[in-house]
Amino acid sequence: MAPQTCALCQKAKAMLKRPKTGQQICRDCFFYVFEIEVHNTITQANLFKPGDRVAIGASGGKDSTVLAYVMKTLNERYQYGLELFLLSIDEGITGYRDDSLETVKRNQQQYDMPLKILSYDELYGWTMDAIVSQVGRKNNCTFCGVFRRQALDRGAAMLNVDHIVTGHNADDIAETVLMNIMRGDIARLGRCTSICTQGEDTIRRSKPFKYAYEKEIVMYAYFKKLDYFSTECIYSPDAYRGHARVFLKDLEAARPSAIIDIIHSGEAFEVREEVKATQRVQQICQRCGYMSSNALCKACTLLEGLERGMANSGITDRARKKLDAEGPAPDNLRMIPFFKPPSGGPLIAIESVS
Amino acid sequence: MSTETNTISLKIEFGGGLELLFSNQRSHRVTIPSTVPVDNNTSLTKGAAASATRPADVTYLLHHLRDHLLKERQELFMENGTVRPGILVLINDTDWELEGEGEYLLKDGDEIVLISTLHGG
Repeated sequence: MAPQTCALCQKAKAMLKRPKTGQQICRDCFFYVFEIEVHNTITQANLFKPGDRVAIGASGGKDSTVLAYVMKTLNERYQYGLELFLLSIDEGITGYRDDSLETVKRNQQQYDMPLKILSYDELYGWTMDAIVSQVGRKNNCTFCGVFRRQALDRGAAMLNVDHIVTGHNADDIAETVLMNIMRGDIARLGRCTSICTQGEDTIRRSKPFKYAYEKEIVMYAYFKKLDYFSTECIYSPDAYRGHARVFLKDLEAARPSAIIDIIHSGEAFEVREEVKATQRVQQICQRCGYMSSNALCKACTLLEGLERGMANSGITDRARKKLDAEGPAPDNLRMIPFFKPPSGGPLIAIESVS
Repeated sequence: MSTETNTISLKIEFGGGLELLFSNQRSHRVTIPSTVPVDNNTSLTKGAAASATRPADVTYLLHHLRDHLLKERQELFMENGTVRPGILVLINDTDWELEGEGEYLLKDGDEIVLISTLHGG
């Protein structure tokens, strides 16, 4: 096959076929269009204002590594005026997170950004290794997901930032749309394509890579020789997402625009107000001050189960009743430190949830 | 054909976690015949002639990697005679989609990079 010239500059040799558009482009034009599209996503959604303090949720994996690099580049090039931080959560998974955190520490040097690492051990008194040794491998992802969400917010509060950006890419969002359809979760379907969410807590979360294909993120990291870490979590085959992922990759192989088309479908769904209103009004957790839809937040409920040796009480109603039958929580129960939002102001109940 | 060398030497790089299936080693050197059986059989002994042959291409290379270098879980590497969807292939740093994908005819000294996008971000 004869070498093709770049469809954009008409000069250099094309090195990549864009999945979104089918265009064949050279390396430099690819860097330019990839960055400008993220910039357009950011400006069209008015994600930031000058002076914002923004934490990049950094795992050491490809998406967050590329996100940190691109955020730094755009912040300098287009003078966003942002103060950027790296925020990593150490779940305490030996052989997985400890290695990926080494990558984040190198990123801190390479990108010259302050880094905050907050561990489950420090916040909850439990590492994931310890949790798995008690609960086994069946429900451990529930603990990890609930604990991570709250840990990110608490880490952001410690950094005094009120905005977290994450590396979720177009493929991740299309998978989530498919999963919400397959589960009939119409309320989540209505909001899973939002670029920015604010709910449960006062800290905003945004996805600047919402329209960035995984293929392009990986190609960007490869061509820029970015330093990232790739391995699967040793505890977690998220089986349902895994099936959605394989299905999506098969669709993409047959028709590359499938990913952006599914996101578009997700955005175009009109969810009736009655469906949106099925969520419970938010309140503040009596024990730790974090946003909650019950008297106790999910993290406090799970932690109490772990501490009292009945870890499933946060998972099934039956185990919950058994725990309640044993009486109220003892006074010396380990608790999560009281949550203070970054502004220092009171938490306001917000009805919509992420 | 008789005046040409009858093997092709290639540099193979794995990334994005794919190296975990290949002895956790990112960089490999591979030598394959310049003419290969049309059925992608990679286990013919030296000298034994296949009934029908074609010049070595990337599809043959993938079979060779699977049969001789892959250490575990071949279903994570290949599917339906090609790489599993979600694995990117670069031929001399160019997206293989611009080079004819599996039909690209390999040359001595080519560098092939295979990167998984399927691992966590």
